[in-house]
Amino acid sequence: MGKEEQELANRPDNTAFTQQRLPAWQPMLSAGIVIPGFVLIGLAFIGIGVALFITSRSIQVLEFDYTGVEQNSPCFNCTGQKVLNCVCNLDFSIDRPFTGTVFFYYGLSNYFQNFRKYSVSKDDSQLYGDITYFKSPSVTCSPYDYDSNNQPIVPCGSIANSMFNDTFKLNNINGSKVDLVPLDGKGIAWWTDYNIKYRNPSITPLKNAFNSNTVKPIFWSKPAYELDTTDPANNGFINQDFLVWMRRAALPNFRKLYRRIDKGLPIGNYSLAISYNYPVLSFNGRKKVVFSNVSWMGGKNEFLGIAYLVIGSMCVFMSIVMLIVYAKFKFPEED
Amino acid sequence: CVGEEIWVDSRTVYIGHKEPPPGAEAYILQRYPDNRIVSSKYTFWNFIPKNLFEQFRRIANFYFLGIFLVQLIIDTPTSPVTSGLPLFFVITVTAIKQGYEDWLRHKADCSINECPVDVVQQGKVVRTQSHKLRVGDIVVVREDETFPCDLILLSSSRHDGTCYVTTASLDGESSHKTYYAVQDTMAFRTEQEVDSLHATIECEQPQPDLYKFVGRINIYKDKEEPVARPLGAENLLLRGATLKNTQHIYAVAVYTGMETKMALNYQSKSQKRSAVEKSMNAFLIVYLCILISKAVINTVLKYAWQWSPDRDEPWYNHRTENERQRHMVIRAFTDFLAFMVLFNYIIPVSMYVTVEMQKFLGSYFITWDEEMFDEELGEGAQVNTSDLNEELGQVEYVFTDKTGTLTENNMEFIECCVDGNVYIPHAICNGQILSAASSIDMIDSSPGGYRREHEDLFFRALCLCHTVQVKEEETVDGIKRGIHQGRPTSFYISSSPDEVALVEGMKRLGYTYLRLKDNYMEILNKDDDIERFELLHVLNFDSVRRRMSVIVKSSSGEYLLFCKGADSSIFPRVVSGKVEQVKARVEQNAIEGLRTLCVAYRRLSECEYQEACHHLNEAKLALQDREQRLAQAYDIIEKDFVLLGATAVEDRLQEKAADTIESLHKAGMKVWVLTGDKMETAAATCYASKLFRRSTQILELTKKRTEEQSLHDVLLSVDCLDFGLIIDGATLSAVLKANQERAGSGNYREIFLEICRNCSAVLCCRMAPLQKAQIVKLIKASKEHPITLAIGDGANDVSMILEAHVGIGIMGKEGRQAARNSDYAIPKFKHLKKMLLVHGHYYYIRIAELVQYFFYKNVCFIFPQFLYQFFCGFSQQHITMETLKRDPSLYRDIAKNSLLRWPVFLYWTCLGVFDAVIFFFGAYFLFDNTTFTSNGQLMTTNTQMMFGNWTFGTLVFTVLVFTVCFSLPWTHTTGPGSITLSSGGLS
Repeated sequence: MGKEEQELANRPDNTAFTQQRLPAWQPMLSAGIVIPGFVLIGLAFIGIGVALFITSRSIQVLEFDYTGVEQNSPCFNCTGQKVLNCVCNLDFSIDRPFTGTVFFYYGLSNYFQNFRKYSVSKDDSQLYGDITYFKSPSVTCSPYDYDSNNQPIVPCGSIANSMFNDTFKLNNINGSKVDLVPLDGKGIAWWTDYNIKYRNPSITPLKNAFNSNTVKPIFWSKPAYELDTTDPANNGFINQDFLVWMRRAALPNFRKLYRRIDKGLPIGNYSLAISYNYPVLSFNGRKKVVFSNVSWMGGKNEFLGIAYLVIGSMCVFMSIVMLIVYAKFKFPEED
Repeated sequence: CVGEEIWVDSRTVYIGHKEPPPGAEAYILQRYPDNRIVSSKYTFWNFIPKNLFEQFRRIANFYFLGIFLVQLIIDTPTSPVTSGLPLFFVITVTAIKQGYEDWLRHKADCSINECPVDVVQQGKVVRTQSHKLRVGDIVVVREDETFPCDLILLSSSRHDGTCYVTTASLDGESSHKTYYAVQDTMAFRTEQEVDSLHATIECEQPQPDLYKFVGRINIYKDKEEPVARPLGAENLLLRGATLKNTQHIYAVAVYTGMETKMALNYQSKSQKRSAVEKSMNAFLIVYLCILISKAVINTVLKYAWQWSPDRDEPWYNHRTENERQRHMVIRAFTDFLAFMVLFNYIIPVSMYVTVEMQKFLGSYFITWDEEMFDEELGEGAQVNTSDLNEELGQVEYVFTDKTGTLTENNMEFIECCVDGNVYIPHAICNGQILSAASSIDMIDSSPGGYRREHEDLFFRALCLCHTVQVKEEETVDGIKRGIHQGRPTSFYISSSPDEVALVEGMKRLGYTYLRLKDNYMEILNKDDDIERFELLHVLNFDSVRRRMSVIVKSSSGEYLLFCKGADSSIFPRVVSGKVEQVKARVEQNAIEGLRTLCVAYRRLSECEYQEACHHLNEAKLALQDREQRLAQAYDIIEKDFVLLGATAVEDRLQEKAADTIESLHKAGMKVWVLTGDKMETAAATCYASKLFRRSTQILELTKKRTEEQSLHDVLLSVDCLDFGLIIDGATLSAVLKANQERAGSGNYREIFLEICRNCSAVLCCRMAPLQKAQIVKLIKASKEHPITLAIGDGANDVSMILEAHVGIGIMGKEGRQAARNSDYAIPKFKHLKKMLLVHGHYYYIRIAELVQYFFYKNVCFIFPQFLYQFFCGFSQQHITMETLKRDPSLYRDIAKNSLLRWPVFLYWTCLGVFDAVIFFFGAYFLFDNTTFTSNGQLMTTNTQMMFGNWTFGTLVFTVLVFTVCFSLPWTHTTGPGSITLSSGGLS
């Protein structure tokens, strides 16, 4: 009796898991499956690739460098030393109308927003509107945490301090008639940044929150609460341009969204009035403006379409090679 | 300095703490530990420092501690939390596990130390706690109680001064062993009598051998010379053993606490490390080099890049004053450390933990395996260490014991021959000898009277010359055997199954051994008369002498010495008898694979007997070199034999032993049989188990055929394809010894190894246990460093099991010692096939894939970061179990650590780099100046890959997790858990 019970206790369970008999899917990679499979995958990829490529080609992109390095450049005059409040005009014409919403970007190159020290040089608590951090910014902001008078800088840090401050006005020149093209600056920043990550202190008016012994960033001409004089709601840390700048670029040549042109750009001559403030020549940088529309697949990107086409045609090619090999040697059924 | 020596070599125990009479010897007070058992490793106070110290002795833990400290001290791209948290987790989990285990040990110690013990003090029984016992205390132990310390038996409730003990918890042998009380004290019945004893015990200092004890008791009686009596292992009751079938005993404590033989045997086995672990460490070193070179390249490039002033410190990214003032070298060094920290994940943090988990959980598949469950034993396979799972897939040499491993160790008496007349018992014969009918070799034609006399002596010899006990109860655990018609309630128990087979064989031939009572052995002869012989001395069996003897006094007052033993140890000592006929029969039986024993006797005169007694007692009383002296005494006494005959016992092959050996051969393993048995028997077993095939050419290197001079010629004149080698212990030691003495002239060791390597099978017979280990060591140390596996069932295999890379114990009949000391224990030899061919294969492939995959994963993970530095400033088994068992040659595929060789490692690393490049540049081109969302927001504007949740990094990382996870089921085998595991490992 006792022995039987003991045996039962010691006997291992007879389950699929303990006996390592779990069901397994074992693909039999025979020629009959692999060759049609490759053809199908290849054709699907080529299809996607063609669609992507054509869509990408239909997207219009217009790009102008306005750094002003060359003498004939309209902004050459603004590059000189100690030129303040310089405005230059960039004239261009559009032969093919930009349909749909046109996006207006500014671009910087050789600009390393991804420097490690630079990229952490901000105080997230401060930018969340926490007033206690207005008085004692995080050490990561150094050397832009306190000014020479030991007053705390709000918003602190290298990123905020180096905020892009060129402004643009786009005019449609129709003969002698100059129309200002309306630029929409709403909703150009990330939703999460605008609604969650960045917040203004809940003190009204906003000015009072900043005035208590804080100073504006050293390179700024206006304090944070006066970034947008036209729209009082677009100030402080939730200013759209500020938010766009604060999201650092991953690569040294980057674009950032400046404005949206909802009605598109019809054929015609245009003049872009640039108020040239941002110095880039000291680090061999370049500044440019870009106009682009988008499609269902996003912006212009031929790489993705080409990648799909290459992989697709490789699949088809491989299936042909395999078919030839298979036909030539007529492998007996694999065992 | 004599006193010093005594102190070192032996101890004097004063029974009941009484001083010896003045003048006997100087009273040296010796201090002994109390009877507290401490098996725990830590105390409450030293747990944290001691545990931390032990954990950080592991290189991996130390490395991560270093990284963590660097992160704390200098400003690094990743926060210290990223390496501190996993490290803290690993350390905490391990510490909690070890702490819990230690707490359990504390609890167990406590309950042992506080269990009640009865001690005789001033003639009364006083109850104390176990840990308060002192050396010299007289202890009362009752039936079914466990001995609290090592005790010398003074008296027992049984009249013959014996007690029965089971040592199941010590060595796994559940049979009852008899222990004897000291003759002079065995008459004590009450506490008062025991307390009046005035004696000292001199014995050796504690040593771990369970079966060895040398001591002497000096009993002082009123003003007489003290009486000295020898004490041996048969008087020593070991802590941990249990008293059985005896009401109570009085015994005196000689070794207490941590000095008991049980505690001395606690010592843990040496750690075995698997080949995979070794190659894992080698790979880690390569990765460490990659890590360092990556950090160096990055540091150098950083300064080269920053050389141009417009890049060094652009206006938008000014340095702090502090940084500017720092010295260039210090800056470069901190940068280097920062890069090290950034790339440190190339060395997988989680790998050690994951590998350990995989091994630990994986080892359950062996225990769970239903095919390795034995109905008869009611037990399945056991895993004593999970560190060697994958080593089971790497075995190249299998060393196996013969008796009990290849064979069943279930002995059956087949025949006996007296002076060349063969007697074969039949199972159904009731006291009838079918001698005349079954006599085969009727060479002898001597008068019947002479023959009759030898026949009587022969059967009596076999009935008397043994150490078999008779058990008359059914309830006794142990090996039950034999058919007991008429007397179903009694059966024989012995530590040697041969003896039981012989005594039972005799019973079937009409001579029944009844019992040993008051030193008289009682035999029921075929005429149903009881014959009584007084047992005077037992000259125990030992593996060197290979024989045992008894000296008895017959009822007619004759002194007789009966001896049984191996033919080689009996024949040289025989002076008369039908040597030729018996020898022929013995050799014939040996060829048939039967175990043979020869029986001889010697008549002793009164004078000879006294002389023998004198020799024996002198040797038994010796404190030093007792073994040697006893051997000498035995040598003097066991001579001038008259040969009676021989016996043959069959040891059947284990089921499927031949099939298993064949499979192992096909799997490319070399199977060596190491046995203590004689050559002919062993060779027959080898043929039966298909280790040698009929076509195999056998090379014999045995003492019989080869003298040392010709050894050289034999070793050098060998050239053949399929051959087996037979070598015996003596020749083997000659081969190994020759090397030591004349290293220059003839290096036989190398030649021997060379031959062995070319042999498909090797049989080593007449091996001492230590020689078995020597052979394993020899092969282990040879040029190729092959992975060895030793399998055995008995205590004599323990040394070889411990020596081999993988030791497997068979839960056999000769006790559990081998199973306890092994890495894996299996019920039967046939289970070895599944163990190696299926489990070993799977485990090896799994661990190899896991390790390679870990490195691949980490390369994929780290390499995009490296590249980035330039731009910022399911469940399938690949082969089923049945296939693996059917086709053992698949085992060769994974031999020699093939899945973890450098090319494979390189392949995985290159694959990792390739994938990483694809991931990185794929994402790079996709992001290059393009809008990606339909609301025109740029995804490229939002990136910082080092911080994880920004777009570029997230994309690269997401693609990476998918690719890396899907690469698993597509390219390799692991198991259902691996994907979850690896995903877990990644994050």
